[in-house]
Amino acid sequence: MNARLRRNGFAWLLLLPSLLFLLLFTFYPIALTLRLSLFQADLSTPEPVFTGLDNYRTMFQDEVFRKVMGNNVLFALGTVPLGIALALLMAVFANKALHGRGFMRSAFFYPTLIPMIAVANIWLFIYTPEYGLMSRLLSWFGVNDINWLGTPGLVMWAMILMIIWKEAGFFMIFYLAGLQNISKELYEAAHVDGVGRFTVFRKITFPLLMPTTLFVSIVALTNAYKLVDHLMIMTRGGPNNASNLLLYYIYETAFSYWDQGMASALTVVMIAVLLLIAAVQFFGLDRRIHYN
Amino acid sequence: MKTKFTSRLGNLLMLALAAFWLIPLLWMTVTAFRPRQAALSGLFSLDFTLGNFATVWSAAPFATYYLNTILIVVCVFAVQMLTASMAAFAFARVPFGGSSIVFLLFLVQIMIPADVLIFPNYNVLKQLSLLDTKLGIMLPFLASAFGIFLLRQVFKTIPTELEEAALIEGCSPWQVLWKIYFPLARPTYVAFALVSISYQWNNFLWPLIITNSVENRPLTVGLSIFAQSFEIGVQWTEVSAATLLVITPLLLIFLVFQRQFIESFIHSGIK
Repeated sequence: MNARLRRNGFAWLLLLPSLLFLLLFTFYPIALTLRLSLFQADLSTPEPVFTGLDNYRTMFQDEVFRKVMGNNVLFALGTVPLGIALALLMAVFANKALHGRGFMRSAFFYPTLIPMIAVANIWLFIYTPEYGLMSRLLSWFGVNDINWLGTPGLVMWAMILMIIWKEAGFFMIFYLAGLQNISKELYEAAHVDGVGRFTVFRKITFPLLMPTTLFVSIVALTNAYKLVDHLMIMTRGGPNNASNLLLYYIYETAFSYWDQGMASALTVVMIAVLLLIAAVQFFGLDRRIHYN
Repeated sequence: MKTKFTSRLGNLLMLALAAFWLIPLLWMTVTAFRPRQAALSGLFSLDFTLGNFATVWSAAPFATYYLNTILIVVCVFAVQMLTASMAAFAFARVPFGGSSIVFLLFLVQIMIPADVLIFPNYNVLKQLSLLDTKLGIMLPFLASAFGIFLLRQVFKTIPTELEEAALIEGCSPWQVLWKIYFPLARPTYVAFALVSISYQWNNFLWPLIITNSVENRPLTVGLSIFAQSFEIGVQWTEVSAATLLVITPLLLIFLVFQRQFIESFIHSGIK
């Protein structure tokens, strides 16, 4: 009994520092947000006034909010499937390429290490009309100049392309790790039976990498809601909120308009979205995957 | 014969894609070393200058930004290593009451990362009177659920015989953690370091909102302020040079340790 008590005490002591930071910067702020979202707290109300669900009502009628949510869905749909497919392709080739394995891995992975804000600077120059790389390339083919970041219908696609460039190499690493866990004998057996490369991929590689695919898609989905640094440099959410995303809208609401109640309500929506993504992982997809 | 040809072709295509992936970096590097007129004209020339870097270094306090970033990155990882090792050891090898509930609590941090809690955490920091401090930038990241789960996974694979032998020799459980588990999990710490360091080096929105003085700003915030201080398009060469200054250290470290990084990542138990 005494030994058990000592062991319990030791475990809690080991956990104490991590738990402290976890409570202070994850759980306490979540509680703060939930509470403040029920108050009117902006520049016109120095002392927060309890208004119930008013912030949420205003929010759902806010056109910018709807726009931002739609943009975020498009952003996720554009970046997640394509980024993952590309990452898988990269990994399969970079795993046993005949030539240039190290070169491939490095070339695909390096964007991961570049800060989003620097990525934004680089791609701003690529997308700038007249002087940018894109304009110059297109002008060789006689295509008229396109203002990628200034056209509402194009700006999201320009961002999606940039994010795929930045993320795919990171996801590739997880697939490379996943590939190491597939037994070589499976491939040898397939080879002996004369099975084609594509069939091998479809019947062996892809199904056995399913746990990795699930993990990567959760990371990618979460990233679609987390990555907003580039907006600060490239568009500030414009033109006309065409590239605005939820987290950037939270930033604007909190630190440009100083509407704290609304910023809290928006943060609650963000938390709900992230919990929904996690729930899909736990209850939906997880059951249909075969772990070997 | 046919499969050999197609796999060669595939390989070639992927090499082309890899080369394509390098274009943004090359384009920016070339711009950073060219005089402004040459860069704007877009014609091919061999003009070369280091002037852009000189301008950048004297126009903004990049030396201070550098020191701040390095300090933040090193401190955060050092503390994370300590807190995560301890917690991971508890989860992996010290059975205790309520462990599954505490485990779930940490899972929440993975689902709802500090990045999206910028506004409430700003309020927490205000309550602690730590706005505009380097400590304030670090605090929300000092416990890493990612690190805990990663290390727990590896600690579980270490044979218990080693631990038992050490306990018989008279080691305390605390010493067992640092003398047996810590050194044996080295490859995982390398992967953890790569993730943590690049995360902190690249972190932007959080330090942006809580700092407002040069002494506390990290590189990313400094870079964005520098880039926004110009009319877009006019000062490309300088902004390219500044961007290159910010990204080079991490890229160099990665190039030098490329093999170890990727290998340790692949074998670290991240899946």
